[in-house]
Amino acid sequence: MIGVLEDKDRIFTNLYGFHDWGLEGAKQRGCWNATRDMIRQPRTWVIDQIKNSGLRGRGGAGFGTGLKWSFMPKEVGARPHYLVVNADESEPGTCKDREIMRNDPHLLIEGCLIASYAMQAHACYIYLRGEYVLERERLEAAVKQAYEARLIGKNNVHGWDFDVYIHHGAGAYICGEETALLESLEGKKGQPRLKPPFPAGAGLYGCPTTVNNVESIAVVGTILRRGAEWFAGFGRPNNTGTKLMCVSGHVNKPCNVEEAMSIPMKQLLEEHCGGVKGGWGNLKAVIPGGSSVAMIPAEQCEDALMDFDSLRDLKSGLGTAAVIVMDKSTDLVKAIARISYFYKHESCGQCTPCREGTGWMWRVMERMAVGEADPKEIDILLDVASQVEGHTICALGDAAAWPIQGLFRHFRHEVEERISNYRSRRGNFAGATLAAE
Amino acid sequence: MSVRRLAKEQPASFKFSKATMEKVNFWLKKYPEDRKRSAVIPILWLVQKQEGWVSEPAIRAIADLLGMAYIRVLEVATFYTMFQLEPVGKVLIQVCGTTPCMLRGSEDLMKVCKEKIGHKDHMSADGLFTWQEVECLGACSNAPMAQINDYYYEDLTPETMAQIIDDFRAGKKPRPGSYAAQRRTTSEPEGGPMTLLDPKLYDGSAAKPIKKLPNLPEPA
Repeated sequence: MIGVLEDKDRIFTNLYGFHDWGLEGAKQRGCWNATRDMIRQPRTWVIDQIKNSGLRGRGGAGFGTGLKWSFMPKEVGARPHYLVVNADESEPGTCKDREIMRNDPHLLIEGCLIASYAMQAHACYIYLRGEYVLERERLEAAVKQAYEARLIGKNNVHGWDFDVYIHHGAGAYICGEETALLESLEGKKGQPRLKPPFPAGAGLYGCPTTVNNVESIAVVGTILRRGAEWFAGFGRPNNTGTKLMCVSGHVNKPCNVEEAMSIPMKQLLEEHCGGVKGGWGNLKAVIPGGSSVAMIPAEQCEDALMDFDSLRDLKSGLGTAAVIVMDKSTDLVKAIARISYFYKHESCGQCTPCREGTGWMWRVMERMAVGEADPKEIDILLDVASQVEGHTICALGDAAAWPIQGLFRHFRHEVEERISNYRSRRGNFAGATLAAE
Repeated sequence: MSVRRLAKEQPASFKFSKATMEKVNFWLKKYPEDRKRSAVIPILWLVQKQEGWVSEPAIRAIADLLGMAYIRVLEVATFYTMFQLEPVGKVLIQVCGTTPCMLRGSEDLMKVCKEKIGHKDHMSADGLFTWQEVECLGACSNAPMAQINDYYYEDLTPETMAQIIDDFRAGKKPRPGSYAAQRRTTSEPEGGPMTLLDPKLYDGSAAKPIKKLPNLPEPA
């Protein structure tokens, strides 16, 4: 056996799409089993089970899912409750929700029903990113199957009236931020809202709303079927459960795999992904949680665990568990400059520090990638990054600053070397560029 | 942010086709009666499917349909980068250029596109191709990849990219999916999956009725 998790404990048994994604296949694999019994229990039971399982949101921030659900009003007032599933997966490195939606869509639909029941919502919107056309077609087909089998809809067999609607975006990364997603779902530009009010108070159409990631919702049915302790049995305390991990970059066999939380990073890369290209010794750095988190250098990868706390202690983060591996052939400065371009491109333009800062940081990073900079500019860049961080409505400003800070925390010498190399190749005096031309 | 403006040359008018209108009605049913504007993104997308791009008369038509101010639809059309504000080729190639794909060679794919089609963001003279560099498309374990029209072409190399472009030019329809050297269905490791091999997962044992869920509350 490779890895930590055994096959019998995997939730996404059709992760690779080798089996039938449809209703019959999903039922055969255990989906929709005993769902009716779950819906018969008190709501508090469902929420407590999810709390006890230790499930933390799988969209990157790692907020307790059960706790989030408990923020919804206890009684339904004049405004209906909504569940919104965030399937706007666009974080560079992340490609897990896509596999759930195209290969195991019924797990997601079942999870939507249970979560909606727990929060007294009768309607759920699943917001897919616009590029996922195949995934949307698949999900629409699965929803249709579920309606036809009366698993969802009015007067369904579970006894909780419930509608699922698929919605899609059109290529804006920022719509993965929950309030931007709600704006977008209301037919507006995806610009994040100021909080408070939080969505649980005033979300979609001003009604109480909870926004959850696809993976957080899709695991709910299996957790209730197998018990909170079963799920809590994987990983370290406070970092429990199984997790889809997406590995990309310089490994021999990039792949998605469901593993236990807290699996050592080295084991994940060596056993599931065929190792780093050119061997473990050829590893330079890893971005462990999608492009928004800081990179960690090879020596820290040695004993890093794939969980929230271990990576936080390394001043990085688990994020979406999207591991981007970079070997010694990588030009790290260029790699981070490309990420800076991404944030510049995706900034929604609402807050000045982010709108102006992301573009400024990208332009400086591009110059540093060739070495055409002043060594003093490194500190100016870090200063600007810290001015963007924490001074914006949403976390995109932070996400743009962290990769740059991570680069300089561990590889500042490389940038300095590049700048001095560039300068030694050219005359180092005012107007040198002009003179050369 | 990216600066996006409407094309200089605009058609005189726009009309929803019958097929588009059917789909529009399908989308409108998803939202509460007084929240029709929620459908603006899906409808802009349908219009783009019909015309190939989003023109100013189309924006006005959508605004009238949904009872929105023109500026609100214009805002949405210019904010979201999947809306093409200028005519594009019949085959729209969007190569992912973000870091995970860059690490695995997306720059070489773009070189191929440039050689075979021309500059990025420009329609080829025959109106057949446009290629663009886009941001992360969310298929990073299958990098490098490109979205061609609606579907993903994954695990590409300069050779397979060239072949795909040639096939489109010859009027063929190359299959979407993985082009890995060894057989690869989706995002399993190349050469075959190393997990999910236990036959018990698929023999129906998981579908047997569960007599009692774990941790049920004690009956009062």
